[in-house]
Amino acid sequence: MAWDRNQMAQRAAAELEDGWYVNLGIGIPTLVANYVGDKDITLQSENGMLGMGPFPIDGEEDPDLINAGKQTITELRRTAYFDSATSFGMIRGGKIACAILGAMEVDEKGDLANWMIPGKLVKGMGGAMDLVAGVGRVIVVMDHTNKHGDSKLLRECTLPLTGKAVVDRIITNLGVLDVVDGGLKIVECADGVTEDVLRAATEATIV
Amino acid sequence: MQKIYPNAAAALDGLLTDGMFIAAGGFGLCGIPELLLGAIKDAGTKDLIFASNNAGVDDFGIGILLQTRQVKKMISSYVGENAEFMRQYLSGELELEFNPQGTLAERMRAGGCGIPGFYTKTGVGTVIADGKEHKDFVGPDGKSQTYIMEEGIYADLAIVKAWKADETGNLIFRKTARNFNPPAAMCGKVCVVEVEEIVPVGTFDPDHIHLPGIYVHRIIQGDHEKRIEQRTVREKS
Repeated sequence: MAWDRNQMAQRAAAELEDGWYVNLGIGIPTLVANYVGDKDITLQSENGMLGMGPFPIDGEEDPDLINAGKQTITELRRTAYFDSATSFGMIRGGKIACAILGAMEVDEKGDLANWMIPGKLVKGMGGAMDLVAGVGRVIVVMDHTNKHGDSKLLRECTLPLTGKAVVDRIITNLGVLDVVDGGLKIVECADGVTEDVLRAATEATIV
Repeated sequence: MQKIYPNAAAALDGLLTDGMFIAAGGFGLCGIPELLLGAIKDAGTKDLIFASNNAGVDDFGIGILLQTRQVKKMISSYVGENAEFMRQYLSGELELEFNPQGTLAERMRAGGCGIPGFYTKTGVGTVIADGKEHKDFVGPDGKSQTYIMEEGIYADLAIVKAWKADETGNLIFRKTARNFNPPAAMCGKVCVVEVEEIVPVGTFDPDHIHLPGIYVHRIIQGDHEKRIEQRTVREKS
């Protein structure tokens, strides 16, 4: 029944096309890198790197080499480094084909909320607002419902937005949905999930 | 012109005033001007306004100036991992202006390039756009879209960390420690840089310089702790 974290990441990896430059958010999106297979995908880290490699072997960490989550990483033969203004120039300029990121809420107009819960500690949006406004395609990977069992796919977001009408596709543990005119369209159901189950777990209008 | 100073305190001598606006390089704890921050702490300068992507951790980076209550306001994109910051912010002792990360970087770059404002799609339809000028433009895809105006940053002082400098201030950065350092350097009226090594003029291939010395006014060399915020490793395969 339904997909686990790794299956969601695997399904998201199937979205990526050969030759793409891609930015992966933290959490499940980070796992997408494990499933790109033979495709030629270059990962961007918005703190100033194209061609992000895996975590270093113990003892080979370099304090000058971290990803946007501040974790130690490694470089590849193709790696290029640049400053933050250049990094967000390529993001804002639409050169990054796709961003895959997590969310607290998505609504049927493609609005995304993933940076702030009023009344709780606010840490900041980091690069999320720039990414969703700038990249070619925004794919959200998240659980279909929150820990109370309420739908995270809403008619209208209730939390402060990260971006308005920015989401193209949503991949959850229950399936894949696209943002289209008038609402969300079911693209596919997860293994063992019926369309009725997916509809029942979704508050947003399904067209 | 002599740009090399013996230490951080000497390099900041005569530059620090209460209430001044400082742009600082660094991302997380990577590539932060740790020696210059230490000297500002020792100098006791107060009511500082910092444009810096992050606010350090409690005992490293800008965090050390929060402990001594020297910071009045932060302009940042992400301020997690800092308990003292949160305490001061929630109690109203510290002002905070969130900027999207790319907007902050471009505000610094633009300010340094004499561009007082620019339009961006980032933040349209969010709280970031409240009170800002909105204007429609035809984008590169040929479609009309709404943009908001963001202002360039002009800082009184830029503090920056580079890997190497030559005696004229030409800089080379290392890996992802470059991050906000070049745009921060550009937007300062005065820019002070700390490096791991100062080399004689002529050492660098001119084609390999990341930031030309025109942006750099004072340089110090020193030993850096270079703390790692999140040590992540994999098994040897």
